[in-house]
Amino acid sequence: MSARVTAARPPIAAPHLRRDAWWALPLTVVIVLGSFIVYSTWAAFQNAHYWAPPYLSPFYSPCLSATCLHVTFGYGLPEIQLPIIGILSPAFLILWGPGLFRLTCYYYRKAYYRSFWLSPPACALPDAQRRYTGETRFPLVLQNYHRYLWYVAVIFIVLLTWDAVLAFRFPRPAGGTEFGIGVGTLVMWANVILLAGYTFSCHSCRHVCGGHVDVFSKAPTRYRLWHVITRLNEQHPTFAWLSLFSVGLTDLYIRLVSLGVIRDLRII
Amino acid sequence: MPTVTMHVFRGDARGGDFKEYRVEADPGMVVLDLIHRIQATQATDLAVRWNCKAGKCGSCSAEIDGKPRLMCMTRMDLFNEGEPISVAPIRGFPAIRDLVTDVSYNYVKAKQVPPLRIKPPEPDGTYRMMQEDIDRIQEFHKCIECFLCQDVCHVIRDHEENKRAFAGPRFFIKLASLDMHPLDTVDRSAFVKDAAGVGLCNITKCCTEVCPEHIHITDNAIIPLKERMADEFFDPVVWLLRKFRSKKKQPA
Amino acid sequence: MANQDYEVHEHDVIVIGAGGAGLRAAIEAAAQGVSVGLVCKSLLGKAHTVMAEGGIAAALGNVWPEDNWQVHFRDTMRGGKMLNNWRMAQLHAQEAPERVLELERWGALFDRTKDGRILQRDFGGHRYARLAHVGDRTGLEMIRTLQYHGIHQGLDVYMECTITRLLKDGDRVVGAVGYWRESGRVVVFKAKAVILATGGIGKAWKITSNSWEYTGDGHSLALWAGADLIDMEFVQFHPTGMVWPPSVRGILVTEGVRGDGGTLKNSEGKRFMFDYIPEFFKGETADNEAEADRWYEDKKNNRRTPDLLPRDEVARAINSEVKAGRGSPHGGVFLDINTRRPADYIKKRLPSMYHQFKELAGVDITKEPMEVGPTCHYVMGGVRVDADTAQSTVKGLFAAGEVAGGMHGSNRLGGNSLSDLLVFGRRAGLYAALYAKDFGGTLVVDSAQVEQAARQMLAPFERTGGENPYAIQSDLQDTMQALVGIIRNEADLKEALKRLDVLKARAAKVRVDGHRQYNPGWHTALDLDSLLTVAECSALAALERKESRGGHTREDHPYTDDTWGKVNVVVRLKDGRIQVSREPLPEMPPDLKALFQERK
Repeated sequence: MSARVTAARPPIAAPHLRRDAWWALPLTVVIVLGSFIVYSTWAAFQNAHYWAPPYLSPFYSPCLSATCLHVTFGYGLPEIQLPIIGILSPAFLILWGPGLFRLTCYYYRKAYYRSFWLSPPACALPDAQRRYTGETRFPLVLQNYHRYLWYVAVIFIVLLTWDAVLAFRFPRPAGGTEFGIGVGTLVMWANVILLAGYTFSCHSCRHVCGGHVDVFSKAPTRYRLWHVITRLNEQHPTFAWLSLFSVGLTDLYIRLVSLGVIRDLRII
Repeated sequence: MPTVTMHVFRGDARGGDFKEYRVEADPGMVVLDLIHRIQATQATDLAVRWNCKAGKCGSCSAEIDGKPRLMCMTRMDLFNEGEPISVAPIRGFPAIRDLVTDVSYNYVKAKQVPPLRIKPPEPDGTYRMMQEDIDRIQEFHKCIECFLCQDVCHVIRDHEENKRAFAGPRFFIKLASLDMHPLDTVDRSAFVKDAAGVGLCNITKCCTEVCPEHIHITDNAIIPLKERMADEFFDPVVWLLRKFRSKKKQPA
Repeated sequence: MANQDYEVHEHDVIVIGAGGAGLRAAIEAAAQGVSVGLVCKSLLGKAHTVMAEGGIAAALGNVWPEDNWQVHFRDTMRGGKMLNNWRMAQLHAQEAPERVLELERWGALFDRTKDGRILQRDFGGHRYARLAHVGDRTGLEMIRTLQYHGIHQGLDVYMECTITRLLKDGDRVVGAVGYWRESGRVVVFKAKAVILATGGIGKAWKITSNSWEYTGDGHSLALWAGADLIDMEFVQFHPTGMVWPPSVRGILVTEGVRGDGGTLKNSEGKRFMFDYIPEFFKGETADNEAEADRWYEDKKNNRRTPDLLPRDEVARAINSEVKAGRGSPHGGVFLDINTRRPADYIKKRLPSMYHQFKELAGVDITKEPMEVGPTCHYVMGGVRVDADTAQSTVKGLFAAGEVAGGMHGSNRLGGNSLSDLLVFGRRAGLYAALYAKDFGGTLVVDSAQVEQAARQMLAPFERTGGENPYAIQSDLQDTMQALVGIIRNEADLKEALKRLDVLKARAAKVRVDGHRQYNPGWHTALDLDSLLTVAECSALAALERKESRGGHTREDHPYTDDTWGKVNVVVRLKDGRIQVSREPLPEMPPDLKALFQERK
């Protein structure tokens, strides 16, 4: 090639030449993600029916209200009341953590940049944004802090695991608790496993735990960790969707039980 | 075997259009075979780049039915019989003629990447690297430089002005392979952030989707580069820790 | 048009061809502090070297400490049926390890041994596992490494530029003339030294693993400039190319498949290679399946499997099996690795073979055997060069890689090509630079030569009513495939030469459509010139050599003849006609000769 000065692209009038159903994927994402956002926002405003003993909705965990506070944190606590409860739903004190974790997640970024921003809606389709600076300016430059939200997400995994453990402790009609397993227990365990799968398959987790190493043979533990996380990371999008469904459905299940619409089936 | 209708772009930067060719397809044929057949029988001057015809050299990149692909690895049985197939040049680059584009952008960017500078050898004069040290880099070395990722990347495909300070997916995997090289001594973090512009990437993964070598460009190269950039420029804790440790890598 | 209108570039050294040899030569010349231009027909990094799969042969001794250059030298000479230029084979065996280690220092990442050194694999004709490799894409690794090292060495790279003639001043070469593929404009390179690194001639055959670039440009440029070519009768048909579907016929299936445990079987399921062990290799080859199978695990106490005999032997064997009606459904034989190796192993060691068969043939090689057959792969013959300096018989003209002759004798061992590119690429670069530094007098280019070359280039546009270049190219390939193939005889070769004459006449009247801007029809028309020249050289040399040896098998002279083992067939241009002569091989010194007596 000799040096060229012109930069004129091939003069093809059509903005794109794809003939497949390229729109199906972004549309599905808009519908599914949109429905989740609508549902979770509605559920967060409810400030009720998130506690169906022994089940606590993940939207409201850790429990910050008097009804379940002592169940979650232990009976040794002094009688306290958080002043905010009652005015604002505790969900809003909680959901920012996992919410921002997902918002800054490398996978979800792909999903919403494509389907909501249309930047681009699908491969080899024109970008709908006329000016484009990617993630170099405020606010999108903040996406680079994703790892801090991963730290937060890990704390939530600990809390939700505790909730799932507590979901084995059914209140006795006569007072006190007894060991048991209900459908809700299984729902909560499924949810926490999927959420953990999502959280520990995170790209930042992969980097922090081992990806930053240049010579793996000199850091065998981090290499093994990185290796396992890499396997999980390949399933990150799957975990992202499954855990999104599971967290919403867990809330819904507990809500319906609490509302008395359905009855939780005791297995043991 | 059936006759196939091909709509092939003919023309140069000044003008052009899709021209229809009807051509016989034999079993097992790929799009490049049909382009060659058109060339041999109907349009001897149809411009197309190709070399190995086995998916190893990355020359015959084009957009087939709007999707960036290698013509030599796109089998005809992928398409529904009877429907015309469009073959266009890779549109992210300036036109030369017909299916050939000017990909010199990539050669300019290649030269800007700070090259490998390796550490001194072991006392016995040799170098040792373990397989686990190089596994992830060997994936990047599979790149055949077809530039389909560079073509499809909307950062430059749709925003010409970004070409100045954006290396593109091909060179992100190059940068990642250098950065993760067990013997390398160069600190490329400022280059990755500013000159290569990794921040412009919004990880929408089209590069990975079109890669004929199935390299996980986004997950294994770009995101790790973004994370390494975060270490250097966005993470106060890592920054603080580094203050206490001696730096191993030298600026480019 | 007057000469000053042409675009002119001046360098101390220009290198024609940017594959492994060309890049290595350019890097070395630049390291000597001279100005270097690198001219290539395709984009940088697309050269045919990317197709090399198996590995680089070098006696590093990482897997077998017993290995050393003497063993490698001996293997190479025996593989070439002792017709090799002994000095080239010696330099090659001695210098290959350092060239490989140098690549590693430049960033190449070869597969590793357990203790972190370069892993080596088995290949046909090599006594020990000797091939440094990266899965089955070693050529790609090599070219990328050289490419990315090279672009920082101050080379000027001229991409998509085809050279059609060398320019001479008296008896020395002083440059080259060609055209930009993109614009069709004529371009002149003035240079004190020219290095040819243009690869081979495989595009003259129908079933070939070679790309469109392999039109014998360097062979022809050298011949036209007055240089000698040797060994042009020796064309290697790689035993394993794909045979189905038709559109991929000829695409290479790496010898690494057999090196890693693959075996050849006929339609009866028989491992037929045991029937084709030649006397020459009986001592080191297993004669029964049990021993061959044991060899994969215990190489010390067993002889190697005949599946890994040198390529000429295997290609002939496959050819015979198919002719005897024991071939596979699409006219090849079966290559089976799935019965010996698990799927994971195959995918790890042979990823691109897996990918290639899966995507192009719909065959899963971890579950079913491949169908393979011989494909034109490599020309052992080429420009006659001085072993140490790579200079041709014309002053200022150097050659390295496939375009150079002598190194591989009558048959090349797998893996010896990549190492050849590195060893002699470097030597050509070094000695061309030294030659350029000593260049006496001024660099003068004769404008009449440029004008003549330009006229020849543009002539096809001025004709009306001639033929389509693709039709001529296709007929040429059919002719060579049918008459100058794996098995030859006098009648066929004479017929081939007759047909080549007709093709030459047709090519002289070839017509092209359209204009000069990126016009493949025109490019193909111009390539016919060199393609027909090398086809004729090869057929003439094949007619001359009345014996069978390595990559040259005559059914009318089926035996290897010792008197022929002492001569090269030399081809040169005299008064515009190609002339053939026999000239004695350089004599091997006694200390090297001893290597062959000791172990016999």
